[in-house]
Amino acid sequence: MKMSTAPYDLEQQQQHQRSGVAASSQSPRSPSSSTPFLSVSVTDPVKLGNGVQAYISYRVITKTNFPEYQGPEKIVIRRYSDFVWLRDRLFEKYKGIFIPPLPEKSAVGVLKFHMFWFITAEKFRFSAEFIEMRRQALDLFVNRIASHHELQQSEDLRMFLQAEEETMERLRAQETGIFKKPSDLMQIFKDVQSKVSDVVLGKEKPVEESDPDYEKLKHYIFELENHLAEAQKHAYRLVKRHRELGQSLSDFGKAVKLLGASEGNSLGKAFSELGIKSEILSTKLQKEAHQILMNFEEPLKDYVRAVQSIKATIAERANSFRKQCQLAETVKLKEIDLKKMKGKGCIDLKSWQKLSANIMRQLKTESEQATKTFESIVRLMNEEIGRFQEQKTLDMGIAFHEFAKGQARLANDIAGAWRSLLPKLEACSAA
Amino acid sequence: MMGSENQSSEVSEPTEQMHNLVLHDEHDNDNNDHNGDDPLGIKSYSNYRSAMSTLSDTHHPLADTDPLLSPPSPRRHHFPDTSSYIDPPSYNDAVFSPFNGAASSVDSPSGSSDSPSFSGSRSPTSEYIKITVSNPIKEQENSNSIVPGGNSYVTYLITTRTNVPEFGGNEFGVRRRFRDVVTLSDRLAESYRGFFIPPRPDKSIVESQVMQKQEFVEQRRVALEKYLRRLGAHPVIGKSDEFRVFLQVQGKLPLPTTTDVASRMLDGAARLPKQLMGESVIGPQEVVQPAKGGRDFMRLFKELKQSMANDWGGSKPPVVEEDKEFLEKKERIQELEQQITNASTQAESLVKAQQDMGETMGELGLAFIKLTKFENEEAVMNTQRVRATDMKGLATAAVKASRFYRELNAQTVKHLDTLHEYLGLMLAVHGAFSDRSSALLTVQTLLSELSTLQSRAEKLEAASSRVFGGDKSRMRKLEELQDTIKVTEDAKNVAIREYERIKENNKSELERLDRERRTDFLNMLKGYVVSQVGYAEKIANVWTKVVEDTGGYVKEST
Repeated sequence: MKMSTAPYDLEQQQQHQRSGVAASSQSPRSPSSSTPFLSVSVTDPVKLGNGVQAYISYRVITKTNFPEYQGPEKIVIRRYSDFVWLRDRLFEKYKGIFIPPLPEKSAVGVLKFHMFWFITAEKFRFSAEFIEMRRQALDLFVNRIASHHELQQSEDLRMFLQAEEETMERLRAQETGIFKKPSDLMQIFKDVQSKVSDVVLGKEKPVEESDPDYEKLKHYIFELENHLAEAQKHAYRLVKRHRELGQSLSDFGKAVKLLGASEGNSLGKAFSELGIKSEILSTKLQKEAHQILMNFEEPLKDYVRAVQSIKATIAERANSFRKQCQLAETVKLKEIDLKKMKGKGCIDLKSWQKLSANIMRQLKTESEQATKTFESIVRLMNEEIGRFQEQKTLDMGIAFHEFAKGQARLANDIAGAWRSLLPKLEACSAA
Repeated sequence: MMGSENQSSEVSEPTEQMHNLVLHDEHDNDNNDHNGDDPLGIKSYSNYRSAMSTLSDTHHPLADTDPLLSPPSPRRHHFPDTSSYIDPPSYNDAVFSPFNGAASSVDSPSGSSDSPSFSGSRSPTSEYIKITVSNPIKEQENSNSIVPGGNSYVTYLITTRTNVPEFGGNEFGVRRRFRDVVTLSDRLAESYRGFFIPPRPDKSIVESQVMQKQEFVEQRRVALEKYLRRLGAHPVIGKSDEFRVFLQVQGKLPLPTTTDVASRMLDGAARLPKQLMGESVIGPQEVVQPAKGGRDFMRLFKELKQSMANDWGGSKPPVVEEDKEFLEKKERIQELEQQITNASTQAESLVKAQQDMGETMGELGLAFIKLTKFENEEAVMNTQRVRATDMKGLATAAVKASRFYRELNAQTVKHLDTLHEYLGLMLAVHGAFSDRSSALLTVQTLLSELSTLQSRAEKLEAASSRVFGGDKSRMRKLEELQDTIKVTEDAKNVAIREYERIKENNKSELERLDRERRTDFLNMLKGYVVSQVGYAEKIANVWTKVVEDTGGYVKEST
């Protein structure tokens, strides 16, 4: 089965958008009118508003032949909180499915390692790099939804992609929902995390599944997040190191050039050349730093977010399981209750039978519903986890490939630049 | 947050896994990295400052622990440095013969930079001198001290191997204490005015109190070795009696110690000519030194005779012209010093940045090793194992690259340290220039003294000629005055000769400086560039493998 790709390279991404994302059950073919396709892109971030209320708006372009959609193309303007709305709605409706993760609202995660993050957080929020990173992440978010065979059929998705801005605003305001907190992904998942930990650790009522495979999975997901977060942290530091090395090489180059001017003659020229090469390499290092950030660190972060999303689903499943158990309990207790009532004789048999039947029917329906929900979650999760693992192997494979390519290219550039100096140096000593 | 990370906890866990992972790799020869606490040597550069000063010399902090380093090549005569462990970067062998075509005594197998000529060999007649300072021992001053335990001090074993004929011997060793080094340095400063005398190590009173004794002694040992080697490399001083005596004569150092407390304290402070402080006559023997309270003139006479013999018949060039040339050169030197200082500072930052890069790369590798282990242990699906393999590839590459960065940095430190060396040399240059100016001052003072005396004599003569028959006391005074004039005249002549001598020294030294600096800097550049090329190639190879191994993913996604 062809997986939806994770095109982090902008070029690849645009290519991806142009070719469209086929419904995953069908083999990819160039979209004709008969093949259903839904292709979305998030573009053109624009800063709107002033001061504290400033925000970024994005153009969301949808190309599709789905019958329910206003095709073939529709463009709407959306902001971050609209994406959050979509995520929340999907999470609510499609329990058991791993909802694609959103980038963080502010750059808190990214800036954790920035010394003066309080001061610079505001500045960074609108830095070109951050805006572009977020745009890419949002684009990925929507595309993943659009290529998920269940999620793509969501009514909320359609609203998100098609509704007029005023309608969207209204929908956003209406959202009371489970998540009363401000749309901060981290905060939500932190809550979920503690809830799930409590459940996993058995701090709450010991109403837990006893499936050993599932236990193993839960443990795996929790541990995985820690490992990934560490890897991502070092990846981010590596970006910084590249920038720092680039800077010192540039400073060194300048100093060496001045020294060369002082020395004069062929030695001076040699110094001068060294300085020039240093400055060239400094630029390459800065470029590579950016590449690492986009093509390596960001995918790792994305991986972490995905794991956090799974944790939210785990919490949902726990809730659902508890509900199922509770309702089953309730059914039993109610039966006993009703029998007692019959026994007491405060109601005639016929009325009792009618009452009893109604109550039991209702309760049993609820209980069956809860059981169905839970079982559906279990089933979906099993499918999802397999898909998730496959997808992540692919995503990481690409990320590693890009990273290694960048490092190899940088190293070769460095070797080449310095190598070109050698004949000149040789000539200097011969002179 | 980042800074407070405890590295060892991250590192110690996966050490085993890293060994397992790393052991199975064909290219990897780090099989017995026993430094369990710090497998990547991440902490060894924590103080890059000390790295700058120690790495370029004898003692490589990683030498004991990193088995990648083969034992130092016996062919290297100066720093038994560990550069020979690089399997020569591919470019090296193909392109380069030893950089300094003349000196056959230093043969660099890896083709990387030779030690700077001021500390290295440069003699076209393949003379060499190798000095080692080792084996510090605490000794007691066995004076008749009432206080038990008396005064203790440290002595160092100084061994010399040389074929320089002046030494009349091939191998010898003595024990010296730091005080002896100070004495040597003072005597050299007196005898070799005008030369660029390498500055001796500091007395570091504060440091000796603050640092751990062992650390301090080691630091001093390294500094002494550097100093003595620099002296040995100087074409004139390296063959001087003082130096020879210091290296060869057993027992107590037979050089006069500087007993004048004042002059010892005012190391380098401006000293006024004695005559300006109220004394009457300068003897010619006194003018060979900037006037100070020193007492020993025996050797000065020797030098004086020597210098008079040397300079006899040398024409004195017009003062103004030479001075101009000299002033230009001086200005140039000052400008150069500024630029070298600047470059040296930036070089330090560069080294730090390279070090950090290597460290972080290593940490990234370790994080992925942990991930690999985790995925392998927890795998329920095949795709997880596939991913684990990919991660292992990345991790191995990162760890290797990290090691290469570390090795490259050691090389960079060694090469760019030349800048530091020349900064140290600038001090010597300043010293030589101040020798010149104080000698000139002496001459000028004497000239003016002479002219004062002569005009006094003229007046006396004129006065006494009016008195018929002469005034006995006036006659006597005149005679005395004429004696004084004679002595002062002699002194003036000697002073002028001394000044000329110093000027000559300055000149030849400046020429030598320009020559050797050119060679040293070129070698530095070459060494730096060659090692950068070599290691960049290695790093590129490491990552190219990962590119190949993960090539399938890119095809899959398009």
